[in-house]
Amino acid sequence: MKPAPFRYAAAQSLEHALALKAEAGEEARFLAGGQSLIPAMNFRLAQPAMLIDLNPLDDLDYITVDNGALRIGARTRYSRVEHCAEVARWQPLLAEVLPNIAHPQIRNRGTLCGNLSNADPASELPAVMLAAGARMHAHSAGGDRWIAAADFFINLFETALQPDEMLVEIELPALPARSGTCFIEVARRPGDYAMAGVAASLTLDANGRCGSASIALCNAGPTPMAAAAAAQLLIGGVLDAEAIAAAAAQAQEEVEPNGNVHCTADYQRHLAGVLTRRALTSAAARARQGTSA
Amino acid sequence: MSSSDFEHEVKLSLTVNGRRYTRTVEPRMLLADFLRHELGLTGTHVGCEHGVCGACTVQFDGEPARSCLTFAVQAQGHAISTVESLAGGPGKLSVLQEAFRECHGLQCGYCTPGILMTMQAYLAQHPDPTEAEVREALSGNLCRCTGYQHIVDAVLLAAKNLRAGAAA
Repeated sequence: MKPAPFRYAAAQSLEHALALKAEAGEEARFLAGGQSLIPAMNFRLAQPAMLIDLNPLDDLDYITVDNGALRIGARTRYSRVEHCAEVARWQPLLAEVLPNIAHPQIRNRGTLCGNLSNADPASELPAVMLAAGARMHAHSAGGDRWIAAADFFINLFETALQPDEMLVEIELPALPARSGTCFIEVARRPGDYAMAGVAASLTLDANGRCGSASIALCNAGPTPMAAAAAAQLLIGGVLDAEAIAAAAAQAQEEVEPNGNVHCTADYQRHLAGVLTRRALTSAAARARQGTSA
Repeated sequence: MSSSDFEHEVKLSLTVNGRRYTRTVEPRMLLADFLRHELGLTGTHVGCEHGVCGACTVQFDGEPARSCLTFAVQAQGHAISTVESLAGGPGKLSVLQEAFRECHGLQCGYCTPGILMTMQAYLAQHPDPTEAEVREALSGNLCRCTGYQHIVDAVLLAAKNLRAGAAA
């Protein structure tokens, strides 16, 4: 099918885009890569009255690294991040997840901020933001605010963004020393949505015990699902097979999969346990080696 | 800065296959439909219209992209290449196209333009791929006829011929 008619404005600046959004509110949507919005419009699941096109805003296409902390702008496309050596060096979890997100043709157009604003719980990226402890920088015509990833994803396709706000950049904090991360998923083919996927980040303390841990899963509930109790089980302990198995079992209890045409909810729950175990095992090995990936 | 900034029609200027075009379009017009209906470049095929099949793949500033997931207005000031740009002229085929002919890499041919635009860019970046890498690179393009084996053969042959051409 074809999209329903809409009115279109090419943003001339961030301020222009925000002013248009303040005026049009929920009737207008921002258009970045459009790789989720345009298929929804083609199906007429989405029929925005107006689109504000962010593609002209070259100054929002950036990746900056400051002491290991990473910032990515609203117009930055997946492919640029995927092929950025600085991202691979400082934020290996993000580098590891990107090849799993759709196909190269999609990654050449889609943006990270667009993905996160769409808040599809089946997508890998929101789970990675939770595991990485990322922050979202929202702007409106009236000002700006930072929102923790843990507070950003409210429900299925629903975020903390207000109708006049735009996600202008994301920030991933620097990984501490002795950290290891891992993203792993099971999908039917490369580029498909995962049946389940897990992002894990571990940091060892000076004695080699687990100093901090975070675990988040995709396609495991109405939002990206943090397995907080599973991560808590690991804190202060040795990251051996037994501890990891216990955390994986706990993670299975924290997910709320729905099942879909490719797999049952029981199978997704099974995968959540298996993949959590594998991700933690790999992240722990990387933390011990002092190579985070 | 007001609601009058939102337009029902947009004057669009872009480059397609090296040629400059200017047209007035509705913003909802997909790039695939613009290429086919406004410019008559019917080599770009429209399959699923939601980004799954890859038949509509073109190159946007040299990078493969779904023309069904791009509004024509987003190509304002950019350069698009379609399958019509691959061959050197009438009666000629590119190295990749010739390999598809040689290996029977197509049957009905519906998916072929999208696959050619995907793999032409892929081989420029990856001149010596393994078979597994070619299969992964093809994963964003569906073919319902061939079972893919002859497409994989064709891409590997093209890679070999392109390397030989580069060495010569």
